[in-house]
Amino acid sequence: MWEKHKKIETNVILMLVLTLVTVSIGGLVEIVPLYTIESTIEEVDGVRPYTPLELEGRNIYIREGCYNCHSQMVRPFRDEVERYGHYSLAAESMYDHPFQWGSKRTGPDLARVGGKYSDEWHVAHLIQPKDVVPESIMPPYPHLITRNIDGTYIADHLRANVAVGVPYTDEMVEAARADLSAQADPDGDHEALLARYPKAAVGDFDGDPSRLTEMDALVAYLQILGQMVDFTDIKTEDILQ
Amino acid sequence: MQKKANDRAEIDVTASAVSTVADNGEVQVRPSDAVAYNEDVIRLFTIATAFWGVVAFLMGTFIAFQLAYPVLNFGLEYTTFGRLRPVHTSAAIFAFGGNALLATSLYVVQRTCRATLFGGPALASFLFWGYQLFIVLAASGYVLGVTQGREYAEPEWYVDLWLTIVWVVYLVIFLGTVLKRKEPHIYVANWFYLAFIITVAMLHIVNNLAVPVSFAGYKSYSLFSGVQDALTQWWYGHNAVGFFLTAGFLGMMYYFVPKQAERPVYSYRLSIIHFWALIFLYIWAGPHHLHYTALPDWAQTLGMTFSVMLWMPSWGGMINGLMTLAGAWDKLRTDPVLRMLVVSVAFYGMSTFEGPLMSIRQVNALSHYTDWTVGHVHSGALGWVAFVSFGALYFLVPRLWGRKQLYSLKLVEVHFWIATLGIVLYITAMWVSGIMQGLMWRSYDDLGFLQYAFIETVEAMHPFYVIRAFGGVLFLAGALVMVYNLWRTAKGDVRVEERLGTPVAAATPAE
Repeated sequence: MWEKHKKIETNVILMLVLTLVTVSIGGLVEIVPLYTIESTIEEVDGVRPYTPLELEGRNIYIREGCYNCHSQMVRPFRDEVERYGHYSLAAESMYDHPFQWGSKRTGPDLARVGGKYSDEWHVAHLIQPKDVVPESIMPPYPHLITRNIDGTYIADHLRANVAVGVPYTDEMVEAARADLSAQADPDGDHEALLARYPKAAVGDFDGDPSRLTEMDALVAYLQILGQMVDFTDIKTEDILQ
Repeated sequence: MQKKANDRAEIDVTASAVSTVADNGEVQVRPSDAVAYNEDVIRLFTIATAFWGVVAFLMGTFIAFQLAYPVLNFGLEYTTFGRLRPVHTSAAIFAFGGNALLATSLYVVQRTCRATLFGGPALASFLFWGYQLFIVLAASGYVLGVTQGREYAEPEWYVDLWLTIVWVVYLVIFLGTVLKRKEPHIYVANWFYLAFIITVAMLHIVNNLAVPVSFAGYKSYSLFSGVQDALTQWWYGHNAVGFFLTAGFLGMMYYFVPKQAERPVYSYRLSIIHFWALIFLYIWAGPHHLHYTALPDWAQTLGMTFSVMLWMPSWGGMINGLMTLAGAWDKLRTDPVLRMLVVSVAFYGMSTFEGPLMSIRQVNALSHYTDWTVGHVHSGALGWVAFVSFGALYFLVPRLWGRKQLYSLKLVEVHFWIATLGIVLYITAMWVSGIMQGLMWRSYDDLGFLQYAFIETVEAMHPFYVIRAFGGVLFLAGALVMVYNLWRTAKGDVRVEERLGTPVAAATPAE
């Protein structure tokens, strides 16, 4: 055996090929079945692509590195379910490019933060967390309220999502710009928006209906987290992987 | 006994490209050692290693203080923890660790192959400046909010493409140098460096597959989503640890520990077994980052099983490193550089024991999402990766700048002790805070309600965050002492000081 190894250690190309084969196996065995085994993503109703405003908000969430301190993945433990809500399903992040499950809870999990606090609370909290939670160690994000969202390229963002597999329809892409502003406009066309994106939170999020700000987008995103799937009718058998 | 002698003899053959250890223990440099090595680029990478090391430790210490005193976020978007933490992690892994790997791999591959770098000085300097450009593009992006939002793979698509080009050049230089070697055997350090280079290429390319919104903008969307994205990312993330921070640094260990100890590697056969076992098993370990998540149980179980098995080849490497000192343990008393290298191997052993432990689902249920993970990472990053790199820097600088010795061994000793103290403060603080927070999250009062609000568990972390930050200050201070020492060494200065570890008997002769 040791003699045979001499062949490998005197031929660098052979060593390179064998190494590549050796390091490929584990990944192939673990990752490929996630695409082929159907029960990997549970079949539940309600999960939909993000509205254009929620998508903008999600991109701000990513830009600010929120995942460094907040998870979006409730584990199936008694204490987590009581603290945050129903444990997370794979289906709930099936349109998340990239996923934001996180790995650290310096702050609480946010997978089910939607609907827990008012828009006003979120705005005040994001501007200065200590104003609403005095012991908080979260950084303040006052720049969100001053910066407008332009939205010129929002349809391109939806198209890029279509390219990676998110089922935005042509109608959704066409209406992207209109939907973007309608969601945060108290007088906007909410009916059409909600027909395309059920359960979306609508209205003026940041307290200034005349402007569409990054605060509007981020709060719209936070308010939909965990809200898409209605767990009241779901039995455990239905969501076993 | 006979077997062991054979074992050692065989490795001696491969190590002889540089020098052989004669029976009387003296190192003999081969007279045929007349190859003109490219050392210019190694000097550049060495300087970059020290520079980015200080940047990484400074950023880490700063964000550690932010967690203890959030006023340090300054209310500016560019200085929030969320934007600076990737600057710290990328500076530590890719800038400090990456430059250390580039410096040492290119040094080692030339010496052990007795060949100068393939591609000549121009390609080597492209590699150096190209890699530094990657770091600057990545880090400035994070501060401005340009990130993919994937841990340790934050750089956006255009930076990823640039790194791919630079990395291919690295592979070409390394492989080309091995191909034109004058030694029949490829030395064991080079196996690890090669595995590190090609595996990182594979991980980087697959994990960063994404569709840009437009070629004029920075934003892209990952090709994968949700659960598949999570596993792809942690397949990448854990093997960034396994191949970038382990295999590559084992390559470093396999050259610098034997050289500094002036002893051949303990066991040639052990190095074969643990090399193949390590690279095969590591790849499977990613799912242990996703225990109890929406990842299917079968994948979690595979991840846990392979992580536990990984303990064995990891300790195989540790044993091979430590036992290389067999017969030379006394040098630990007189040679602080060797001590740094050996302690790094000991930390490697410790964190590769802790890792499998934490990968067990029931343990992970407590440790996941807490500071315990952060502490674990730092026992590996500070204790293993940084210490073995410091040892390599102390070895390289006098040789690269043509000096007989370091400016001061006393300062190496000072560095060793304050850095060790810093690590101990860091990891013990994180053990306590992590386990405490995990227990507080799951504790119930007598009436069956959750006992603590989340914010109460945050408040309880404060003293430990302060201790951790001071651990970081000590580690940073140690690195600054090193930089001073290396700078004086490069200048050619020698500090007048007593020899370390003078035997007591010599000081007080018997009457």
